[in-house]
Amino acid sequence: MAVINLKVNGKKISKEVPDNVILSDFLRNLLNLTGTHVGCDTSQCGACVVHLNGNSVKSCTTLAADCDGSEITTIEGLAKNGKMHPMQEAFKKHHGLQCGFCTPGMVMSAVDLLQKKKNPSEQEIRDWLEGNLCRCTGYQGIVAAVKDAASKM
Amino acid sequence: MANLVGARLERKEDKKFLTGKGRYTADINLPNQSYAYFVRSPHARAKITKVDHSKAMKAPGVIDVFTGDSVALDKIGGLICGWKIVSHDGKDMKCPPHPVLAKDSVNFVGDHVAVVVAETLEQAKNAAELVNVSYKVQKAVTKTEDATSFETIHEGIDNNLSFDFLLGDKGKTDEAFSKADKIVKLDIINNRLIPNAMEPRAAIGDYNTSSDELTLYTASQNPHLDRLIMSAFNAVHPEHKFRIVSPDVGGGFGSKINVYAEDVVVSYASKKIGRPVKWVAERSESFMSDNHGRDHVTHAQLALKNDGKIIGMKVDTIANLGAYSLVLAAVTPTYLYAPLILGIYDIPAACCTVKGVYTNTAPTDAYRGAGRPEATYVIERIVTKAAKEIGMDQAEFRKKNFITKFPHQQCLVHNIDSGDYNAHLDKALELADYKNFENRRSQSAKKGKLRGIGFSTYFEACGVAPSAVVMSIGAGVGLWESAEVRFNPTGNVSVFTGTHSHGQSHDTTFAQIVGDKLGVAIENIDIVHGDTDKGPFGMGTYGSRSLAVGGTAIVNACDKIIAKGKKVAAKMLEGKPEDIDFKAGEFILKNSNKKKTIGEIAFACYLPGTFGDVKSPLPEGVEPGLIETSFFDPSNFSFPSGSHICEVEVDEETGETKLVKYTVVDDFGTVINPMIVEGQVYGGVAQGVGQALYENAHYDESGQLTSASYMDYTMPRADNFPQITIDYTCTPATSNPIGAKGCGEAGTIAAPAAVMNAVIDAVGSDISMPATSEKVWNALKKNGSKKAAA
Ligand code: FES
Ligand code: FES
Repeated sequence: MAVINLKVNGKKISKEVPDNVILSDFLRNLLNLTGTHVGCDTSQCGACVVHLNGNSVKSCTTLAADCDGSEITTIEGLAKNGKMHPMQEAFKKHHGLQCGFCTPGMVMSAVDLLQKKKNPSEQEIRDWLEGNLCRCTGYQGIVAAVKDAASKM
Repeated sequence: MANLVGARLERKEDKKFLTGKGRYTADINLPNQSYAYFVRSPHARAKITKVDHSKAMKAPGVIDVFTGDSVALDKIGGLICGWKIVSHDGKDMKCPPHPVLAKDSVNFVGDHVAVVVAETLEQAKNAAELVNVSYKVQKAVTKTEDATSFETIHEGIDNNLSFDFLLGDKGKTDEAFSKADKIVKLDIINNRLIPNAMEPRAAIGDYNTSSDELTLYTASQNPHLDRLIMSAFNAVHPEHKFRIVSPDVGGGFGSKINVYAEDVVVSYASKKIGRPVKWVAERSESFMSDNHGRDHVTHAQLALKNDGKIIGMKVDTIANLGAYSLVLAAVTPTYLYAPLILGIYDIPAACCTVKGVYTNTAPTDAYRGAGRPEATYVIERIVTKAAKEIGMDQAEFRKKNFITKFPHQQCLVHNIDSGDYNAHLDKALELADYKNFENRRSQSAKKGKLRGIGFSTYFEACGVAPSAVVMSIGAGVGLWESAEVRFNPTGNVSVFTGTHSHGQSHDTTFAQIVGDKLGVAIENIDIVHGDTDKGPFGMGTYGSRSLAVGGTAIVNACDKIIAKGKKVAAKMLEGKPEDIDFKAGEFILKNSNKKKTIGEIAFACYLPGTFGDVKSPLPEGVEPGLIETSFFDPSNFSFPSGSHICEVEVDEETGETKLVKYTVVDDFGTVINPMIVEGQVYGGVAQGVGQALYENAHYDESGQLTSASYMDYTMPRADNFPQITIDYTCTPATSNPIGAKGCGEAGTIAAPAAVMNAVIDAVGSDISMPATSEKVWNALKKNGSKKAAA
């Protein structure tokens, strides 16, 4: 058990957590931020991606205790003042989601790509998203959304 | 307001999913909730000699442990086969007992043996380790082709044969074959797949000890059907005291049709302990225990005349049912498969046999397309081979044999109401720039790549289908659909559908239809599904049926609203109901400028009298309220069709296959929202490409599933695809007033054949799915490729 202090979606949080609790469980069960999804047990689906100090990470393989002093953004923290982030808008416009289960991780991952690379090519987008599985969309709408968001951000 | 139908509207449901507000079963936590963890068989086949859970019972936090004995004692029924097939000798198919917790034997790795219920998930998991199950391990059979010669695995089911099915006229087919100039033969394996909806299954049983009401939250495609089965067969709880909620569901693809052991067990356990019991599958459990799909071994033959005319077809298939027969396990490889082997060709004589066999593998059932991808794979592969063998262009060969007149009664089962197969093939040839393919092939060769082209001109039978027909061939339920349209007093509309959306975008598509029909703004229409307590009984979503069947029920309910509205309007406008027109949300008295909006009429229906300013007495005999229900039973299946053309490049040195060009032209009849339909096609094609190039469920000799994680089961990823080109042709369906044919499965049905035909064209010899680099490289080497050998 350790007390960790961190900022989640801009809010200061102080919580006691057992040493073995992973970040995805911490967010979902202790903070009730269920937008972060868990789709696998081998760190391969990307449904759980959040931003840790601005970088995308798989929250299912990050220990909550290691996040002491850090800043975390989840899908719930992306919209500002009720206005969706341009990436969220682009996913809506290009039908980048169907069942919505992969979507939070996909969006968080895509936002990070555009932080790292302003105008990625289609191939770069596809390569970057290789760690995020989607069973519904065939990735076509997702790739179109990321391209469009890149042109607007 | 009109003209919502046909528009590329953005989805109403998107915002919640994009902002993290989706609510899936695993997101639900109830007060006083406990956690379930299942003890599963590590063996593919074994006798259970003892289950000792005394240690587990004493472990910290454990509330109770349930075993096969507990459920037997409480008379909880086993899992059922919902659609039973009759063999060609008139005998019923054989179904082994399938208890929700195994009592005497286990039959696949992952079979449920016991469940531990504890205060926390960790405690349940730890205690599960302490449940001591004594097994007498037996030899297992996993391979489809080995099943009938293996020792009997279920008592009384000789040769492990559940059914021996025959469709078609054998005599007539033999006669056709005797007149053939050429007989083309092909052996085909349709590889086993694991559906892999991204949301793992989850279930929470919540028994209310005061009201005796049981609620089950479960990730299901058909909550009403689940409730019926769990009440009538599993004897979990009486239907009128039982509510099933399937909230947001993260994909299904057929894998969430079945009532699973976990659904029954958490419901039962909640009743036993009087507290909510929650279970969420780990991905490895999904791999092991979700229903798998496909797994056929087939020998096909086509009889041809020298001019390229097909005169007969014979298909013999062995279908692997896995360890037990699930709800649609038997109909999938028979009635959803055998009639479809004819494809869109005018074939005068055909017969198809299907042996359904049991093995020590996870049970198979419907997986996106269910039977139709397997059938399409057979016909589209053999047609391609036939064209090559008689030296005809593959497009010409297809056209020569296409059905061209409609309605067309096929020689097996289906009466196809409409279609224009030349139209979609011509459009696809054009879009794919077929005539310049050989140039592209040479370009690729210059880069050291082998380029191949593959076709798949498919059809499918959707909107399953007239209840009387399906019940006459073994279905345990009718396949109609329900809708209730509630026009609320303040002018907005709640629409209850018996279908279920787990990605299909019903909130938007159905609202577009209702918006046009009733002249109500789309934001004032709410589509409600997924809760047995809210709307009328409905059959759920599978088989691309939601729009053709469920959508029609909605249209019919809207028509009843309009009909009642006309009577009320007639009274208010002082005319006759037959003189009232309804257009764009307004009731208008003919030859006058007198009119009332549908909102005003609804208001009147709820305030039927005169009080102050309100003057809205209802006509005599008209009941208050504006709520209408409709149950629609279609007169026929619907028959979408289309042409897929695929091009691949194969790297001779590595054997790697890359999809480089993919063109789709579909005829789905009327399309409500093209953007949504294209999404279904993109996703469907991706799953079909997955089967052709990457995915494979593999069991080793001892029955261990060696592809039980994303490390070993290769899912298609974003970097596996080029942009796909999609276009449409349209011949409306005649079996429903919308004209819709269904689009949800088409991509998965057509794509495997298109891709494999392209790979085989590039490589120059037959390869089985998935065409992994290793298989392709070996084939190239065998064909004498110097580069592959280097
Ligand atoms: S849950 Fe699958 S990668 Fe984290
Ligand atoms: S939208 Fe369903 S998994 Fe991506």
